[in-house]
Amino acid sequence: MAAHLSSGRVNLTALREAGRRELREFLDKCAGSKAIVWDEYLTGPFGLIAQYSLLKEHEVEKMFTLKPGRLPQADVKNVIFFVRPRLELMDIITDNVLREDRGRSPQRDFHILFVPRRSLLCEQWLKEQGVLGSFIHREQYSLDLIPFDGDLLSMESESAFKECYLESDQTSLYHAAKGLMTLQALYGTIPQIFGKGECARHVANMMIRMKREFPGSQNSIFPVFDTLLLLDRNVDLLTPLATQLTYEGLIDEIYGIQNTYVKLPPEKFAPKKQGEGGKDLPTEPKKLQLNSAEELYAEIRDKNFNAVGSVLSKKAKIISAAFEERHHAKTVGEIKQFVSQLPHMQAARSSLANHTSIAELIKDITTSEDFFDNLTVEQEFMSGIDTDKVNNYIEDCIAQKHPLIKILRLVCLQSVCNSGLKQKVLDHYKREILQTYGYEHILTLNNLEKAGLLKPQTSGRNNYPTIRKTLRLWMDDVNEQNPNDISYVYSGYAPLSVRLAQLLARPGWRSIEEVLKMLPGPHFEERQQLPTGLQKKRQHGENRVTLVFFLGGVTYAEIAALRFLSQMEDGGTEYVIATTKLINGTSWIKSLMEKLEPAPF
Amino acid sequence: WQDYSGDWSPKDTVRRMQRGKVCSLERFRSLQDKLVLLDEAVAGHDGNVITAVLIFLKRTLRREILFRELEMRQVALCHLIHFLKEMGEQKFLLDLLRLCFFCLSLQLSQYREHLNIQDVEKRREFLKGCIGLPFSAEDTSHIQDHYTLLERQIIIEANDRHLESSGQSEIFRKYPRKASILNMPLVTTLFYSCFYHYTEAEGTFSSPSNLKKTFKIPDKQYVLTALAARAKLRAWDDVDALFTTKNWLGYTKKKAPIGFHRVVEILQRNNAPVQVLQEYVRLVEDVETRLNLATKYKCHDVAIETYRDLKDRIQLTAYKCKVERGSADEEKINSILNNMVRNTY
Repeated sequence: MAAHLSSGRVNLTALREAGRRELREFLDKCAGSKAIVWDEYLTGPFGLIAQYSLLKEHEVEKMFTLKPGRLPQADVKNVIFFVRPRLELMDIITDNVLREDRGRSPQRDFHILFVPRRSLLCEQWLKEQGVLGSFIHREQYSLDLIPFDGDLLSMESESAFKECYLESDQTSLYHAAKGLMTLQALYGTIPQIFGKGECARHVANMMIRMKREFPGSQNSIFPVFDTLLLLDRNVDLLTPLATQLTYEGLIDEIYGIQNTYVKLPPEKFAPKKQGEGGKDLPTEPKKLQLNSAEELYAEIRDKNFNAVGSVLSKKAKIISAAFEERHHAKTVGEIKQFVSQLPHMQAARSSLANHTSIAELIKDITTSEDFFDNLTVEQEFMSGIDTDKVNNYIEDCIAQKHPLIKILRLVCLQSVCNSGLKQKVLDHYKREILQTYGYEHILTLNNLEKAGLLKPQTSGRNNYPTIRKTLRLWMDDVNEQNPNDISYVYSGYAPLSVRLAQLLARPGWRSIEEVLKMLPGPHFEERQQLPTGLQKKRQHGENRVTLVFFLGGVTYAEIAALRFLSQMEDGGTEYVIATTKLINGTSWIKSLMEKLEPAPF
Repeated sequence: WQDYSGDWSPKDTVRRMQRGKVCSLERFRSLQDKLVLLDEAVAGHDGNVITAVLIFLKRTLRREILFRELEMRQVALCHLIHFLKEMGEQKFLLDLLRLCFFCLSLQLSQYREHLNIQDVEKRREFLKGCIGLPFSAEDTSHIQDHYTLLERQIIIEANDRHLESSGQSEIFRKYPRKASILNMPLVTTLFYSCFYHYTEAEGTFSSPSNLKKTFKIPDKQYVLTALAARAKLRAWDDVDALFTTKNWLGYTKKKAPIGFHRVVEILQRNNAPVQVLQEYVRLVEDVETRLNLATKYKCHDVAIETYRDLKDRIQLTAYKCKVERGSADEEKINSILNNMVRNTY
């Protein structure tokens, strides 16, 4: 059941099917009953490819989490480790294997599945520990781009941004290129590649080189994608720092969405039964899956939060009316029809109840004084007000020791909106942060500077106003209920990255050459040869399909903005989004913070 | 000429490794070949392969030569550092960092290592060693501060632990410490000092004024922290003294580097009695804020006086219902209202 994957212009079920096929083949190779030992990090992404039922079909009887010590008892013929190629995990596997009771019978066979790639380093490590020979099958499962929804793919590579921009490690770009090759194998060669940024350039180069080196990959599939747009995250450092204001964006900002699941405080979701007191309140957080298979969610996810309330109340009326129908059903035929629709109506009602509760939870936060004050400062910065002085609200928050990430988001936002802070202002903030939260945070501040997020103004001039005006990033007149521009996703600010995509489609980047030069990294265009006969002839009125790949992360608000462009009347282009990771300002900054707890021995 | 084991060139070897084929690198004996191998690996972007080549070079090259070549190859250098960290090769890593100083971020890599040192004395020594490294001027002063702070904290901690266990100090008896002061941020240390060592002279390491001077703590931060500490101890006289200054005529007046509404906030959070709270509400400059706070915290005198100064009969009359019937406050309101009436004729 993949309703959410086939709902878009491009049917991503094929991608998931390819993933499942590869998994099935590997499982069948390890013939007989099996137990899988999971690297916890992988369970989420894998869940988007295959459910337990599929594994069961291939004789997976037990599943365990990877941890040191002896492996649990299980009467299976095979034990398979599903792991990322990381040394610390190899240590745990070694421990597991060495503690295996060799005397037991029947003996269990060991195998490893590296995700997404085998690693010479890891295998060398296992060899040095003397356990490499214990594994019969050692393979890789190239899970690069995972389909999250009908128009959304993610590699879920948490460290991609840090590796590329801070550590000069481009392995994740290599994986991105590999993922794109897989996509092209299934959906046809993409004839046009546009890009902006250093990493974009690297990925394009890799794609071209890979195509040359694997001539067999030339296929006869009619191309589904017209264009690929590769964008470096650091071309637009601003957008992830601002608080997202779409429904899905706010859910992510406040509660965090992991692999399409969200965990919510349970109190509001307790079933209300007539006559029962508040006894037995659930203590486990409520876990919900959020994707386009849920009708109501698909309708409200990308709306500005202020427009959600009216949709929910309208829905409530419709559903009430539908249930009322039962009183009007007179004939057997009518009753039968009502009953057959009952499951759908009950699902709709339950969906409405859930989202009404979520909306209430969010409203509690968005109507708080602190949220308002924070948003006000963000909007001041984004519209270019007072970005060159120390900000009072930020100082107050530091003095009251608000969470450090909140402070960092604000100072970085100010820095980006000022093309870097004046040395005096920067030093002032740094001092206050280090004195209040600890000197060890020098390391994080240094990372932020390296990433371009919090740095001194070098050229002495601020480019941001020019960029803002030329690209129309700040729109005073925002209609949150019935938007006519992508700036509704931040109630005034149009995401720079999405503007670039919008302008590429129409009228093209030539019109913004000057501004493009102010943004980091080269911009380029490449063409890939299509075999004759496969040149795409577009029908009149048919939209182009563009795949936008964000290298370094993308926010739900940007996704909403691109979806808005897709459904614009005579917009001309439909978008599919791919990324190294789904992020929000908090998770993004967190990935750049030094882990300060010393490693446990 | 090629033999069956394959006489692949460095470039081809790297290609094969990228495709996951196991390759022996032993064949590459000359420095030239090894460097080509490394450069090809770096150009291929596959972190896996780069690390594998580095492992080989680490094993087969003299350290000085390896370090020298890596100085010019940033990407490879970063990979090697990452690898050494993962493998826990502390000594090799520190040697590498000591010999490669051109790259600014390496100083910070070394500084980062202090987090792995649990023993405070050793950590202090380590930090001292970091000060000499070529950091930027800004970072140097922060690291110097970090070292100085830890040095002071060690001394304070030793003294205070002794004081506390001897049972002779009243403040420690009344408010036993919940945690050690070691490795706490500067502002937290200042709070601690204002709490336990407020009256000490500037000469001791544990006195607030010493901390202020040594770390150049701005007035605003100092006052906020001292206020929070004294308010927690309900030492209202100390709070008063914080804001009282004598001008050149010898008159005292109250001023604060932070708004008085903040002072009120902090006092209220510490359950200050109304008489104390009132004094500071009175000093809030913005009238609307003053009235809000006065009403919220039942500082009737201030509210009444403010309405009187605004000559606002209506509000004043309305305020009557907020005070107790027959109380002195009610009488005060009535008398003011009467005066207002009299003065209009």
